[in-house]
Amino acid sequence: MATDPLQRLLHDAFPDATELLVEDRTGGGDHFQVIVASPRFDGLPLLEQHRLVNDALAGPLRDGTIHELRIKTKGSA
Amino acid sequence: MSDLRNRIQDVIDNEPVALFMKGTPQFIMCGNSDRALRALRQAGAPVTAVDVLPDPAIRQELSEISGWPTIPQVFVKGELIGGADIVEELAAAGELESKLEHSLGPAYRESPAEQVASVL
Repeated sequence: MATDPLQRLLHDAFPDATELLVEDRTGGGDHFQVIVASPRFDGLPLLEQHRLVNDALAGPLRDGTIHELRIKTKGSA
Repeated sequence: MSDLRNRIQDVIDNEPVALFMKGTPQFIMCGNSDRALRALRQAGAPVTAVDVLPDPAIRQELSEISGWPTIPQVFVKGELIGGADIVEELAAAGELESKLEHSLGPAYRESPAEQVASVL
C-alpha cells in the first residue's frame, strides 16, 4: 500500500492536524511510521491518543495491509 | 466465552505484567515486540510473555478483549498500557517505572523472573 491512502484516512480523522506524516519505513508498503499532531490529543492519555490513530487506520490494520505500525502523537503545545 | 478467551483473560487478570508478543523472549519474531520487551526489561518489570503466533485466534481474541488492534500489547495488573511505542515513550519519560511501582508496589524489581505462558 502506498502512503497516500493512509494519509487520506488520517486527514479525514484529524482535519485539524498541524502535522501529518506517513512514512513507509522499509519501502515494502506494509511497515509504516505515522506522526500526527493535533489539538484533539491535548489532555488525553497516550493510550487514548494512540487509540484515535488506530481507529482512523482500522481498515488497513484489520485487513493486514498495515503489517507494522509505529505511532507518534503530539498535542498542540 | 471461548476457552481460549478465558485463558487469555486469565493471563491479563492474574499476571503482574503481561506481554503479548510475536515470538518468545528467547526468540523474538518482530521488531516492535523486541522494543516493548527491552523497555520492560530496562524498567525491571516481571514480564510474563505470551506468544501470539502459534494460533491466529489468539491475536483475534486478544484484540477483541482489549480493543487494541496491534501486537505487542502490554498489560499491568490487568490494565492495558499500550503497544511498543507507548511503552517506549513511557519508559523514556520515567513513567513506566512509576506506573509499575504504583501498580505492583515498590519492591516489584525483586521478582523479575521472566516467564513464558501459553494460552493454548
